[in-house]
Amino acid sequence: MSKLTRRAFLTAGLVVGGGLVVGVAIRPGHRTPKLAEFMQKDDEVLVNAWVKLLPDNSVTVIVSHAEMGQGAQSALATMLADEMDVDWATVTVEEAPAHGEYANFHMAREFLLPGKMPGVINQTINGVFLTISKSIALQVTGGSYSIRSTGERGMRVAGAAARELLIQAAAQQWQVAATEIRAENSHLYHDASNRQAPYIEFAKSAAAQQGSDLPTLKTPDQFKLMGNEAIQRLDIPEKVDGTAQFGIDVVLPDMKYATVKTAPVFGSKLESVDSAAAEKMQGVIKVVKLGNGVGVIADSYWQAKKAIAAVNVSYSKSAADNTSSDTIMAQFRTDMDKAVTNGDEETDVSVGNARKVIKKAAKVVSAEYSVPYLAHTTMEPMNCTALVKDGKVEVWTGTQNPLGIKASIADDLEIDVENVTVNNVYLGGGFGRRAMNDYPTQAALLAKAVPGLPVKMIWSREEDTQHDFYRPAVLSRFNAALDDSGLPTAWDNQYVDKHEPKEAPYIPYQVANQFIHYIESPTHIPFGPWRSVDHSQHAFFTESFIDELAAAAKQEPLAYRRGLLQSQPRYLNVLNAVAKMSNWDSPLPQGWGRGIAIHGAFNSIVAEVVEVDMSAGDLKVMNVYCVADAGFAYSPNAFRAQMESGIIFGLTAALHGEITIKDGAVKQSNLHDYQMVRMNTAPDIFVEIINSGERTGGAGEPGTPPIAPALTNAIFAATGKRIRQLPVKLS
Amino acid sequence: MIELKVNEQIQTVDVEADTPLLWVVREQLNLVGTKFGCGMAQCGACTVHLNGQPIRSCVTPVSAVAGQSITTIEGIADDNGRLSKVQQAWIDEQVPQCGYCQSGQIMSAVALLESNPNPTDSDIDAAMSGNVCRCGMYGRIKQAIKNAAKA
Repeated sequence: MSKLTRRAFLTAGLVVGGGLVVGVAIRPGHRTPKLAEFMQKDDEVLVNAWVKLLPDNSVTVIVSHAEMGQGAQSALATMLADEMDVDWATVTVEEAPAHGEYANFHMAREFLLPGKMPGVINQTINGVFLTISKSIALQVTGGSYSIRSTGERGMRVAGAAARELLIQAAAQQWQVAATEIRAENSHLYHDASNRQAPYIEFAKSAAAQQGSDLPTLKTPDQFKLMGNEAIQRLDIPEKVDGTAQFGIDVVLPDMKYATVKTAPVFGSKLESVDSAAAEKMQGVIKVVKLGNGVGVIADSYWQAKKAIAAVNVSYSKSAADNTSSDTIMAQFRTDMDKAVTNGDEETDVSVGNARKVIKKAAKVVSAEYSVPYLAHTTMEPMNCTALVKDGKVEVWTGTQNPLGIKASIADDLEIDVENVTVNNVYLGGGFGRRAMNDYPTQAALLAKAVPGLPVKMIWSREEDTQHDFYRPAVLSRFNAALDDSGLPTAWDNQYVDKHEPKEAPYIPYQVANQFIHYIESPTHIPFGPWRSVDHSQHAFFTESFIDELAAAAKQEPLAYRRGLLQSQPRYLNVLNAVAKMSNWDSPLPQGWGRGIAIHGAFNSIVAEVVEVDMSAGDLKVMNVYCVADAGFAYSPNAFRAQMESGIIFGLTAALHGEITIKDGAVKQSNLHDYQMVRMNTAPDIFVEIINSGERTGGAGEPGTPPIAPALTNAIFAATGKRIRQLPVKLS
Repeated sequence: MIELKVNEQIQTVDVEADTPLLWVVREQLNLVGTKFGCGMAQCGACTVHLNGQPIRSCVTPVSAVAGQSITTIEGIADDNGRLSKVQQAWIDEQVPQCGYCQSGQIMSAVALLESNPNPTDSDIDAAMSGNVCRCGMYGRIKQAIKNAAKA
């Protein structure tokens, strides 16, 4: 039988977007009764849209982001709970349902007006507006966004608003001034009359109040849970006893199993299918044609897997069949040369006249860098369970993008979007892969072939590796002019292919003439956001090249950077901290090398120092020191975990990550040829947090970008060999 | 029909003999704590114990373990339902992120500590390097194992 009840499914969706959170949060009394219809179980009181009080005075925080390991759900809950002054031991989390009341763009827009916002929002209103609109439309968990947007602009406000409502209700009941009431640990106190009562006693009255739309937020000195090292994540206990429910674990009555095999070359279509043998195999229910492949539905996954191997298929031919990683790189080079000749480059940054300065310079340093395609390789292969019944579709899956799924299923099955229900469960890794819509749509198409029967579609690891949306292969070329003292006077950087964030190739260093520009050179390989997106390649390019400039100037790489960061105090501070933490100036054993890199991403600045031991000829990554300034780390332990995670993720890419294209298709297939850093090759990682008080930055992604250049700069320090191509190949 | 002892209970399953043990515990016995990651013994997410020894259930045909004793993540708490010391260490050290690999990691760690109560760093590396954690929590896993060893 199903482990999940119908209600659990209903409430397992998610909505994203700080604006809507604010809108709902600070309009108690308007939307709450409506939301209460489906958010409130017996004896529970929905105080405002984001928090429920239960009869035992415990608290349920409703969060609007998917949990894919980043710890966002717990962190968001602490933000609300702290502002509301509730007893953390009584807090549980429930995911917001994918319901219109939690995703009302108009409501968000109404509140995204200057002057209507709490201070924490006001300061960033201009920059935030577009991003919020975008994330509401997309409902994506990504962009290292949950805490700094939903958390600060939503959960904290919702918590503070709930606290004020409760105090207001108590003031009425006790007939005292609200200012005389204090809140602590889920209780209200009126010290003058020696009265106290638990929150729940005022919950119903509070839910009916018209609260302020500008609740007073705590100042950092008042924080109890936010920034508290001891806070543990709420999802961890169920992740150590096997009960955490991931997409692949969904069980429904009469459920069938499916797997797919799709065209190796992206864009090819299914031409012919011979499924006669497969259809006769034990347990096989149906062989289903998909536009770009086939699926087999059977009584068990193993039966489906065996049967799909017995299906013979042919696919349409195209020019893409003749491409390889080499032809793609050659195409990039040709297009880049052409763009320079024709002067049709797209400009990121143009300050002064870099090309002219370089032409006349006495000393010019040039280099070409490249990175390959990368797969996401989430531990949980893509999967989705779908049920098509009476013209409606219901899916159960782990997704960073429930609205995107809804829209694409509705499109592909030609039904109204209202007839698609998405139930979100834990993601066994996301990293950007689960922001894509392909796998749920595929599951819905399979389920459509057997109406009334739920179908759990599970991809093989091979399908997952070869049908990803890849971090693109990127080529980046640099020319820089150095003056007599070795400092750069001009920086010319041309690269191929741009996605986001737009500032990824920008440099923090003081260089008077800068020309940073790109060209588009399309390929048939599908693009996907990969942890830190464009930052993942540009930090490697820019932080390696600045190291090359230091070497060309015969200067020490840390001192060289310091000199160029004099007008960037925040960067300088992080750089100095990591130098101190890693004892940068201390001697290393023979054959060791130390490399440094610093990069800002998602409003966080992260510097990393890597120590490598190459004394035996091979490469051993020994230690990584990391300092991160994200403004304020709301959940320090989880924040450090994100840095550790981002470092291993980036190190895996730098040491092993390479998806190669051969005959138009991905050559790698599983973890034997797409390798990971493992326990025996993982370095010791040390993380330090700087709470600078600057605008809050992200955590999930900024740890990744600096690791590759810190590593290759360390290899240079140890051996004099400059690595300009990832993954690292020493011979 | 194939008979197995899973988490101390006798189970009878009606599946093809070549069906990997992984899919039997997940689909026939509804013990979904054991995960599918790669299908070729490369990631360790499917680790269970066969007579106390860690094995990769994704490449183990159920017929090969007929009549033998299997333990899954659902079976390692003590008789009172209290978490094993390894599980508790995992919580104390705040190990999991996405958590998908952790059943397998914990099963490998429990087996390690049963055969080697005081493992060195290189013992831990040797025992745990078959388990991939894509979230990269190797440092925390190692620390949790050391803490559990002391517990």
